[in-house]
Amino acid sequence: MAKHHVATTVNGDAVEFLCETQETLLDCLRDQLGLTGTKEGCSTGDCGACSVTVDGRLVCSCLVLGVEANGKSIGTIEGMAKGDELHPLQRKFIEHAALQCGICTPGFLVASKALLEKTPNPTEIELRYWLAGNLCRCTGYDKIVRAVLDAATEMRGA
Amino acid sequence: MQEKVKEPGSEFKWVGTRPDRPDGVDKVTGRAKFGADLVMAGQLVGKVLRSPHPHARIRGIDTSAAEKLPGVKAVVTAKDFKDQPSEFIPAGEMMINYRDVVRSVMAREKALYEGHPIAAVAATSAAIAKEALKLIKVDYEVLPHVIDVVEAMKPGAPLLHEDMYTAGVDPAPKTPSNVAKRVEFVLGDVAAGFKQADLVVEREFTTKPVHQGYIEPHAVVATVSEDGQADVWVTTQGHWIVRAHCARLLGWDVSKVRVTSSEIGGGFGGKTVVYLEPLALALSKKAGRPVKMVMTREEVFRASGPTSGAHVRVKIGVKKDGSIVAAEAELKYQAGAFAGSPVQPGAMCAYAPYDLENVKVVGYDVVTNRPKVAAYRAPGGPISEYAVESVIDEIAGKIGMDPIELRLKNAAKQGTKAAYGPKFGPIGMIETLEAAKAHAHWRTPLGKNQGRGIASGFWFNIGGETSVSLSLNEDGTLALTAGTPDIGGLRASLCMMAAEELGVDMDKIRVQIGDTGQLGYNFLTGGSRATFSSGMATVEAARELVKEACKRAAKLWELPVEAVEYKDGAVRPAGPNAGKHNPMTLKEVAAIAGKTGGPIGGYSRINAAGAAPSLATHIADVEVDPDTGRVWVVRYTAIQDAGRAIHPSYVEGQYQGGVAQGIGWALNEEYIYGDDGKLQNAGFLDYRVPVASDLPMIDTVIVEVPNPRHPYGVRGVGETPIVPPMAAIANAVANATGVRFTELPMSPPKVLAALDAARAKGTAKI
Repeated sequence: MAKHHVATTVNGDAVEFLCETQETLLDCLRDQLGLTGTKEGCSTGDCGACSVTVDGRLVCSCLVLGVEANGKSIGTIEGMAKGDELHPLQRKFIEHAALQCGICTPGFLVASKALLEKTPNPTEIELRYWLAGNLCRCTGYDKIVRAVLDAATEMRGA
Repeated sequence: MQEKVKEPGSEFKWVGTRPDRPDGVDKVTGRAKFGADLVMAGQLVGKVLRSPHPHARIRGIDTSAAEKLPGVKAVVTAKDFKDQPSEFIPAGEMMINYRDVVRSVMAREKALYEGHPIAAVAATSAAIAKEALKLIKVDYEVLPHVIDVVEAMKPGAPLLHEDMYTAGVDPAPKTPSNVAKRVEFVLGDVAAGFKQADLVVEREFTTKPVHQGYIEPHAVVATVSEDGQADVWVTTQGHWIVRAHCARLLGWDVSKVRVTSSEIGGGFGGKTVVYLEPLALALSKKAGRPVKMVMTREEVFRASGPTSGAHVRVKIGVKKDGSIVAAEAELKYQAGAFAGSPVQPGAMCAYAPYDLENVKVVGYDVVTNRPKVAAYRAPGGPISEYAVESVIDEIAGKIGMDPIELRLKNAAKQGTKAAYGPKFGPIGMIETLEAAKAHAHWRTPLGKNQGRGIASGFWFNIGGETSVSLSLNEDGTLALTAGTPDIGGLRASLCMMAAEELGVDMDKIRVQIGDTGQLGYNFLTGGSRATFSSGMATVEAARELVKEACKRAAKLWELPVEAVEYKDGAVRPAGPNAGKHNPMTLKEVAAIAGKTGGPIGGYSRINAAGAAPSLATHIADVEVDPDTGRVWVVRYTAIQDAGRAIHPSYVEGQYQGGVAQGIGWALNEEYIYGDDGKLQNAGFLDYRVPVASDLPMIDTVIVEVPNPRHPYGVRGVGETPIVPPMAAIANAVANATGVRFTELPMSPPKVLAALDAARAKGTAKI
């Protein structure tokens, strides 16, 4: 069967790709577009390593088909820094040592950014439940939670 | 959170501070390349056919139909790997038997667990590779299986290996069994010790296999050229180990195989062995193209090593004053399909936190029809120490003694002879207990349905073979190359130690993890050895570089080399010549390198000796839901001796991460098997690791009892943190409910059932 032609926007850039019907958005980002910052940890929507936004909404890209991206606007980790300036969340993750191995980090950053856009001043409990779909096996979440709350404070002040 | 960990009057500029890690930006921007992130031109996709049976004889494999499928470029089975003789070869802290390794990567006579590789295919797409797997015909003779460790030890249990005779038993058994090995560690006379006891407590415990749960699945890209030069890109804790195993299994010279470690998305011991690597190489050799293989999460659960489940009996005798007069333990650890559970280290550290006269620990290494276990953070220790620390807590309650005081009374200290042999140097058991006693957490009142528990833990830590190179660049900046993969901030720690030695700014040093062609041999990142060993080698390389820089300046100044010294980042004339020449910074030395003898650098190749144990004491508060049996950890404090924390944030991170894994082990994680011998929860939905909403903040206290045998006092810190949590939480649950749990995990159905039973007897506190 012929592949599908998909025209979409990724991190603000218009892009096109061809994909099979069953290919996930995750596979399309990684294999068709070379955007390997989005990670695959489970492919069943349980770990959040593949978190991206579709028209601003946080999703697991392993649960979205590539064809569904047609006409949408996709946000990935590669679009988070602006020019040579890191997003405050990225900076705070480094400052707070909120990553060890770093495989879950892109997913946590994309998910945290999505939360702060809707809820600029989350409580620790709100944040922990929002991030409950992102697994980290290294940090015990402590430094991640501190980094996001600190970034939120800075972003509200700015 | 402590601001800085420095000794009073410390002269350190970098050690003990919290700079940004050198690889931080790559990891927050998605640039960092992990195992599955490399694409090679023309690469094929490799997939593995796995046994659907937990135990079956393989009568035949027909791959002809798969080979004919358009797009299939290579198929391999056990026939593509030469059989290996049975011999145990030392490999770091473990022994390797390649007869088992070759059968582990690809089943030969029998499939020994559900998920055991049977064949592998390389094709032009994943879809074609999967289609090809369906075309492979395997003739199985299904055999009876055994999953439980106690069942596997019984006479008449289904035998995994017909030629397995228990080692370590005298006289040697005449019949084969599933017990691979018996180990024993004895100190003094336990029978005599128990006679002096005023109280003896004996309990039996069971724990379930738990998986390391790294978020990045195993992944490899391998390419073999027509002249046999092989390159491997792989997520691993040790690329020299991958090289050794692959060369051996494929019968190639080590020099033909170059291995590059990708960034590694968690390992915890689980990425210290090979699974896909030899298969990808064999496929690539046949196909003449690069082959990429990535495990699914389901494959990770079914076919990569969890740690052992176990059955443990502990018996401890004490006098009324709390002194332990005798301690005994019997450990039965599941190894999975091949010999090699961590029962030996489990036996060695069972009583290691204590200074005891009479100890006897016996351990059994038992094979079962499960995936072969792999190392998991302090392998073996958490299981035996969970049981011991639970009984110690029960004894404290029975003799009416504070559990910290009971531990202090019996604590191991410098000079203590451990049951497993050595006399300890300076160790921090007493210091962590005193820190616990002084911590506000220990005195804070508890709320309703809450309880508090405390437990200590021990892990050995290792050193081992290590190579590091440090080059002075032509502009005076530096290039540092280490060979132990950076799993959690290693680059930062090495960079800090080099900066400290050289008196330069950290950002003048670029640090990389070299491939196997760039450095001499490096043992893996494991045994909490990376910061210790590569740190020691970095310091030695820096000192060699400094010596060379001094030599060059001395040559220029026409002074004897003894007449110059290196201080504050510059070479200076010393002694009577002080002030005769302007100091030369590394930048200035670099500028004269060419005309004074060529490039300047240091290269350290060592067997890092002097690794020292790290001890911890943890305090856990839990709240038990009386209606559902759910246990919430509401407050947690991890106190541990780091020797010296090079980068305190990443030391704290190790403590916190180990605690989180321990909480999972204690409360929820387990491999669940059906009667059919098949794993029922091979995914993150049903094998649920702790998520952010399950955990509280995890407070940490870094105690520093410097290791005198490391230039900066470093002990390994990574593994000890997973040792105390299971007992600390079980002790807290006992404190909250009045019910002592001896089975992990303490999941809601089990807790509720135990609470109901205790309520019926009137012994429940909630």
